[in-house]
Parts: sequence; structure tokens; C-alpha cells
Amino acid sequence: MGQALTSVLDGPGAAAPNIPGSRSETVSLVVEDMYCGACMTTVERALLGVPGVRTARANLSARRATVALDPSLSDAQSLIDTLSREGYRAAEAIETTDVRDARRADDLLRRLGVAGFASANVMLLSVSVWAGAASDMDQSAASLFHWLSALIAMPSIAYAAQPFFGSAAAALRARRLNMDVPISLGITLATSMSLFQTVRGSHQVYFDAAIMLTFFLLIGRFLDEQVRIKARGAAENLLGLKALTATVIGGDGAVQRMAARLLKPGMQVYVAAGERVPVDGRVVSGKTDIDESLITGETLPRWAEAGSEIHAGTLNMTAAVIVEATATDDSTLLAEIARLMQAAEQGRGQYVRLADRASRLYAPAVHVLGAATFIGWMLIGAGWEAALTYATAVLIITCPCALALAVPAVQVAATSRLFGKGVIVKAADGLERLAETDTVVFDKTGTLTRGEPVLRNGGDVSDAVLVDAASLAVASRHPYSKAVVRAARARGLAVVAAQGVLEVPGSGLLAPCGEGERRLGSEAWVTGTDTAAQPESLWYDDGNGTITVLRFEDELRPDARVVVSALKAAGYEVSLLSGDRPAAVERAARAAGIDVWSASVRPDGKIAAIEALKAQGRRVLMVGDGLNDAPALAAAYASLSPSTATDISQTAADAVFQGQSLAPILETLAVARATQRMSLENFGIAIAYNIVFVPLAIGGWVTPLIAALAMSLSSIAVTVNALRLRRRSLSLASMRRMT
Amino acid sequence: MSALAWLIPCALVLGGAGLAAFLWALNSGQFEDLEGAGWRAIQDDAEERKPPNAG
Repeated sequence: MGQALTSVLDGPGAAAPNIPGSRSETVSLVVEDMYCGACMTTVERALLGVPGVRTARANLSARRATVALDPSLSDAQSLIDTLSREGYRAAEAIETTDVRDARRADDLLRRLGVAGFASANVMLLSVSVWAGAASDMDQSAASLFHWLSALIAMPSIAYAAQPFFGSAAAALRARRLNMDVPISLGITLATSMSLFQTVRGSHQVYFDAAIMLTFFLLIGRFLDEQVRIKARGAAENLLGLKALTATVIGGDGAVQRMAARLLKPGMQVYVAAGERVPVDGRVVSGKTDIDESLITGETLPRWAEAGSEIHAGTLNMTAAVIVEATATDDSTLLAEIARLMQAAEQGRGQYVRLADRASRLYAPAVHVLGAATFIGWMLIGAGWEAALTYATAVLIITCPCALALAVPAVQVAATSRLFGKGVIVKAADGLERLAETDTVVFDKTGTLTRGEPVLRNGGDVSDAVLVDAASLAVASRHPYSKAVVRAARARGLAVVAAQGVLEVPGSGLLAPCGEGERRLGSEAWVTGTDTAAQPESLWYDDGNGTITVLRFEDELRPDARVVVSALKAAGYEVSLLSGDRPAAVERAARAAGIDVWSASVRPDGKIAAIEALKAQGRRVLMVGDGLNDAPALAAAYASLSPSTATDISQTAADAVFQGQSLAPILETLAVARATQRMSLENFGIAIAYNIVFVPLAIGGWVTPLIAALAMSLSSIAVTVNALRLRRRSLSLASMRRMT
Repeated sequence: MSALAWLIPCALVLGGAGLAAFLWALNSGQFEDLEGAGWRAIQDDAEERKPPNAG
């Protein structure tokens, strides 16, 4: 990618003054929070401001920036530091499979362009010949048109159909048949027979069929490739979530900034409030709250003091701490999650799509029919030329055009219907896998619940107390504090920040008030006694000894219970798998009507739980949102994510749904099952048309016009059937599972 | 029939021009950042602004 991008960078856009006679080096950065055009401009400007940077170009789709710089004046670390001053977390991109994949997609797109150009022109000529056959076109003009078609089609097919030839050759070498074998055979035979017939001045010319087939099949191939690239790109950008620069305290007390990947176990790292923890390690001094939402999916911070284990990628919320590294870079939890995901995705790659399963039956049948036609006509004594022409006609009639369209057409209709309901289907084979699931596993925080705590006992708290508490809470990033502020604003109260608020890590907030202090925080800290009876609460002391308790809960999504019971009614087994504390998980499970639940599950535990269900022969649909769910989402048979999920989870999921409601899950499953059923219907249509036309082809009555008509008619029939899916009313309970 | 002598080359040249434009766009990276390209069109002064401290 380096080369290609450098040439892009030379274009207009972002050129800084050249430094004469200097060397140049290209650095590729992952920029995490670059979401809009303004960010893009800010990032480019900031990078151009670094001495030695010649060009900087941000790529919004890939969340990356490519920088050409003079290595003697600058390096990647200074670029990262510059961006972090602007408020962007950046990391050096790790170039791996990404480049090769992007090249392959470009390559397919190039072939697609050539095939599209060729098929449009060849069709132009073919239609003229067909029209001419009915009117006054003479033989010499038809022959000229055939030659022109040959000149356009043959080089285009030789170039554009290479992916199919390559895949067919690989399959044959491995002694098996895939759909590319009859495709390649059909295309090659049709082209060479057409050339032969063109030389002879006959009418059996199939260049149009051959090039159109190539074009349509390439479209499918390209879309598949795009989906795969997107998934892999996100896995690599995940590495950018790690804290990438660390402040290390040497043995002599000297402080030094260095890249996180250079850290060694045993080093002492200083982590300021608001910074991400760069290593897995143990706190040696300081007390703070750690936001682990990235790792566990839970919104509540965890209290950490000397001796506590903390993980790379978590956020230090309240006060600076010194951490001794125990594991670094490649052995951190986050790197482990990235690896788990990659492994899980490879496992899923073995899924055989419906179209491929059909082709395993279909491909041998096509070959047998073609060969039988050839042998039959030879035996009757028609001569090799007629026999081969008829066999070619059989191959073209049976060419999997309708078959290749049968599934994609339904899937396009299904995805557009789902898109209208706020569900974005991402994996090409996602709908098929969704249709075959029989077990649904939910994550709790952010999936079954809204993911943010709300004030539960608002009725017991007066406006005056709430607005007082909120004036303290507004200074804090703690989720409970935010919930207090939200509750106050929801009542229409004006929240004004109090003077002199102090945040005491792990305890709460305090502000001076006349003689005493106002306090908002944990029970032990505010009242001096810890009954631990109400863990999910804040206590408020107004400075005059009046103490109010504020209780919170992570509220269920509004229709969670309805959706769970609908799933159960449709025959799904439903369970809950959460990284949160048992009490909270049990309460959510009971409220949603889920009987099977487990709490305090780590990411690898989630994978293990899903593998266990798999071993029982279950096909699991995982619904989750956190980074900790990402490996499980990738490991499950199929997966869904809400659109509030972390990037990486959305990428791992087969489909993403929007909004506060869980009802899209039901719609997605119903549409997926309908898709499966209609795909089978479409196979039926394609086969029915073969039953009519294959005997004609075997009998030698098929002309190029009949072949083209039959091909188009079957394709139209299949597409029209698929479009019905957009309007039909579906209910999950009435859709039986098909495998 | 003589119209064919120039109509067919015309069709081929036009089609070929389209193909050439597509291949040029692909090779020069026009499809690399589909999201960002839309934003760049509405940025005001991204080009003119001098970097503050470039050497």
C-alpha cells in the first residue's frame, strides 16, 4: 500500500514545503477517534505541523493516516505525540495481510470493469444480430458482428475470468469439484466453440452468454471480498486501542517516555488520571478507579490500590498511579482478545454456504449431462462438431446463472428489507447462518440493558437534594455521577457546578459548605459504616447531617421481556452470559424472563461457554456489544450487535441493529428464515427451467437466441420471486427452521 | 449499412473511454476513502492553510 499511497500523496491536498536533498519514509498510523471530515482536516494539519513531515493524508474509511516524512527530522513517536495533543489516539499501523487483501479487491474490481465494458458492447452487437435475424440482416453483416464480438469477448474473458480458472484449477489439483469447475468449463468451451463457429460463419455463437456470465459472477466475488477485508481491517485497528506511549520511571527516579511495545516486565510505569493503562500489571502505589468497560463491557469502574491487578487498555479515571508491568504488548489481555477473535473467525470460515452446498450436487450433474450429450450424439453418428456444439449448448443452458442469482437476489431483498428496519447485515453468509440458529445467548450490559445506570428511587429524593447532589456530581466521570446529573436535568432542574469540588478516588466527591462538607459517594465514606447491603448506590450528606441514599440500576431495554418470550415461543433456548457481578446478572435475568444465566465470565470464558453449547449440537446466536464479547461474537454460529457496541464488536457481528428496542432481533431472525426458504424456492425455479430447456439442448434445438432468452427469463423469474420478500408480512413463530 | 463503419467504432471508443476512466480512477486511489472524499468536498480551507511551523 505504501507505494500506491505515496503516489496519491503527490496529488493536490496536503503538501508541505519540501526539504531539499532529504530522504523520505512512509509511516502509516491508525487514528482511533477520527469520525468526520473536520477530524480528518485537523489530523492532517496537525501532522503537517511536525517538522520533517512532507505529506499527510488521512483515510476516513480506514481510520488511518499515511505520512511521508524525513526520518532524520522526525519519527512515528513524535507524530503520535502530536496527535495525542490534538486529542486523537494514534498508533503505528501494523501492515500484514491487509495490503494483500486490498490488492486482491482492486484486482477483482479491475477485472469487473473490463468484463462490464465487454459484456455491454457484446450485448449491443448480439441484440443487433437477433433483431437482424428477424428482419433483413445479411450473412456478411452478421458475420462481421460475430467477429467483432469475438475480438471484444475473447481477450476480456481471458483476462476477467482468471479468478474462476485459477480456483477451478486449484480444486481439480486437490481432486474435488467446486462451482468454478463447470463455470470455467462452460466459459472456455462456449468461447472456443463460438470462435470455431464464427470462422465457419454459423449462427451457434455464444460470446454474449460467456462474457455476461463472467461479469455477473465477478460481481458476487467482489462483494464477498469486500466483506472479508472490512472484518480483517477492524481486527488490526484494534491494536490501536492499546495505550501506545508509556511514562517509565527508571531505577534512579528519572522519567522517560517510550513506546509501549518497548516495555519489559518489571518496569515501573506512571499512569496519569485520564490516561489508558499501557501494560498488564500490578499497582505499586496510588489509589484510583479503573474504567474497565473496554475489557469487561461493564460500565462501573473498579477500585484499584497497591497490589491490584490492572489490564492494558483500561482507563485510569481519578488519580495517578504507578504500575509495575507484569506482561507487555503481545502478552496483554487486549492482544489476547485480538488473537482469540482471529482464531474464532478462522473457525467460522469453514461454513459452507447454501449455494456451495447446492453446487456440490449440481456441478457433477452438469458435467455428466454435458458428457452424455456429447457421447450420445457421437454414438448416433452426428459427427464431433455437432456433438460438441450440442454439449456446449447444454453447458450454457445449465450454466449456474440462475443458480448464482438464486441466493444473492433473495439476500439483497432481505438485506434491503432489514435495512429499512434499522438492521445492517454485514456478513455475506450471515443471513444463512442466522436462519439456522436454535439458541440465543445475550450479553447483559449494553445489550439486554441500556448500558447506563439510571436513578431507581427518584420518588424518594426531593428536587432540592437532587440538584445539590448533581452540583457535586457534575465534576465526575463516574457513571453514577452522570446518572445523577441526567436525573436532575430530566426533572428540568438547572445544574450548576459547586465550588471547590474534590474527587477522592474510590470514595466520592466532597465540597466545603459552611462549617462542614457536602459529600456524595460510597456508604462507608459518607456514613462511616459499611453495611454493603446496597452496593449499587450513592450516599449524599448535605453537610448538616441529613443523609440521602440514591439507588441505581442498569435498566433493561424496554421490550427485553417481550422479545425473550417471543424467542422462547418460537422454540429458541435463551441464556444470559455476562462479565458483571452475579447479583446484577441474576436480577436482569429474572426481569427479562431468562432462566439460564452465568455471571463474572471472562472473554475466553464466553468462548468456552459457546463451544460447550456447540458441542451439544446447538447453533448459537450471540447478541453482544462489548470488546469482551467480540471473540464470542466471532466464535458463535451467528451474531448480532447493537449499534452502540464497540467498533470491534460491530465488525465481528453478522448484523448490527439500531435503536433502543430489541425487536429487530425478532425481525432479523424471521427474515433470515424466510430468506432461506425463498432461496430454496429459487433453486426450485432454476431447476424447473432446466427441466424444460435441458432436453431441448440435449436434442440440439437450442439456438443462441433461445439460450439467451432462457437465461434471462430464469434470472428474471428468480429475481421477481426474491422481491416478494420485501413486502411479505413475517412472524418468527410461523417460520420453521430449515437446515 | 455504411453507418456501421463509424457507429461501431464510436460505440467502442465511448465504452473504452469509460473503461479507461474507471481504471484510471481505481489506479489513482479514488476508491480508497469513499467516506472521506465526501467530507473533503465541503471543507473550506484545507488546501490553502500554511502549516504553522514546518521547516
